[in-house]
Amino acid sequence: MTEVIVSEVIVSEKRPMKLPIYMDYHATTPMDPRVFAAMKPYFLETFGNAASRNHSFGWEAEEAVEKSRKQIAGLIGATAKEIVFTSGATESNNLALKGVAEMYAEKGNHIITAATEHKAILDTCKRLEKHGVRVTYLPVQQNGLVDLDQLQAAITDKTILISLMYANNEIGVLQPIAEIGKLAKARGVLLHTDATQAVGKVPVNVITDNIDLMSLSGHKMYGPKGVGALYVRRKSPRVQITAQMDGGGHERGMRSGTLNVPGIVGLGEACALCLAEMPAESKRMAFLRDKLRDKLQSELDETYINGTMSHRLPNNLNISFAYVEGESLLMGINDIAVSSGSACTSATLEPSYVLKALGAGDDLAHSSIRFGLGRFNTEAEVDYVAAKVIDVVRKLRELSPLYEMAKEGIDLSKVQWAAH
Amino acid sequence: MAYSDKVIDHYNNPRNVGSMDKSDPNVGTGMVGAPECGDVMKLQVKVNPATGIIEDAKFKTFGCGSAIASSSLATEWLRGKTVDEALAIKNTDIVNELSLPPVKIHCSVLAEDAIKAAIGDYKKKAASQTESVAVGVSSK
Repeated sequence: MTEVIVSEVIVSEKRPMKLPIYMDYHATTPMDPRVFAAMKPYFLETFGNAASRNHSFGWEAEEAVEKSRKQIAGLIGATAKEIVFTSGATESNNLALKGVAEMYAEKGNHIITAATEHKAILDTCKRLEKHGVRVTYLPVQQNGLVDLDQLQAAITDKTILISLMYANNEIGVLQPIAEIGKLAKARGVLLHTDATQAVGKVPVNVITDNIDLMSLSGHKMYGPKGVGALYVRRKSPRVQITAQMDGGGHERGMRSGTLNVPGIVGLGEACALCLAEMPAESKRMAFLRDKLRDKLQSELDETYINGTMSHRLPNNLNISFAYVEGESLLMGINDIAVSSGSACTSATLEPSYVLKALGAGDDLAHSSIRFGLGRFNTEAEVDYVAAKVIDVVRKLRELSPLYEMAKEGIDLSKVQWAAH
Repeated sequence: MAYSDKVIDHYNNPRNVGSMDKSDPNVGTGMVGAPECGDVMKLQVKVNPATGIIEDAKFKTFGCGSAIASSSLATEWLRGKTVDEALAIKNTDIVNELSLPPVKIHCSVLAEDAIKAAIGDYKKKAASQTESVAVGVSSK
């Protein structure tokens, strides 16, 4: 009971606003204090190895792990035995794709994915291509969604796996996974989905969505970092994967390594909280997100939402402020933590490949900001963020030769730019 | 990434923001970069034709903080210099003054290019003016 109160205090609108404001929940989330409380005993007291079969320390650890398995399964409509613990979604994605490619090599060697997937999928596919797997990277439509006819057409008799993300980490767009699942099932192809951003935010059900494998991560849903899970379907069909790490044969031989018991307890608790609070929380997220969008769009001209608003995570807003470069905007709003698709903010010095895949043009990718709202954001914070962004965008547009030209009626796409 | 104090100062208080009349024969305009690349600089100089001294310089920049700072600094340096002195400004001078990290060196290169483009534009205008004056004289 006291734990619940701890959390209520944190999300209370009466809490004085503290700077900097964190609004980058797609990158990571803080842990919910209730999750932290649940984990605590498993560091110092109940520290046993869940694989120790001969004493109470091991039994208690195993019991905690099995409770977590049930909590995760409960959130996604699976059974406990279908949950394989991993170190996070990157490992889950690697295990799913490589494990299926290896296990089903005799059946076929073709995988279908999409251009807007996370690097943990795309780079895994690149590696598989070096080992003789053929990969189709579907383009997406301007709204960010894959075209189901294109997907249908890409399936061959060699196709063993479709891997499409549930929700995109940059633009929050939700792929029509239930329809994709139906299609995959009809064609006898396995469906894997990277649901890292979706689980806990929107209802995800592996039965109704016909999902065969699904990756999820603790730190995107108020759980700890360094723990995740892979759902592996056990019935109709019974999915098998080849382990990618050799060792003690933990997790029914699919993933060796001593289990991270405190992390697993935290992941389970995080799932239980998301299940209980999702209806209210997603409504609150959508309200805050829409308020932010409305304020920005009513005060500023030439803003563009990236990706469809109608199939989208309730906590995501990805918006481009034309004629303003993203990194300079971030510099002006330095008491707000958000992300940009601008090249200057990326390690590769390339603008966001997700936004490029929408075909909106590199200039809008350079001008994009991703707002990821979450459990501990308040309405006062949204008001502050909106006001600050509006102020800085106006200031930077005063400085922008492009804005000046656009106001003079010059078509920027027809200008001969001096490339560099 | 951490910005140097000088970059932050130019970002917060950009010097000489604005535009001058492009058609003024004494104004040279340089526009470099491209929106797809994430930075575009417009730099203008106003030259006193009698002395060859840059009396005013203005800029507008679409780009990151370092690009804004590089062009802001450039306008500060340009004012009061002769056209030839201005052409001697090197991107490395800007890098040193603003303590730009290696990934931001292209911002200083762009600023140097903008200076050269603006002065080139002024010189072209000045040359065509002398030409038309000469033509005017000969037709008398």
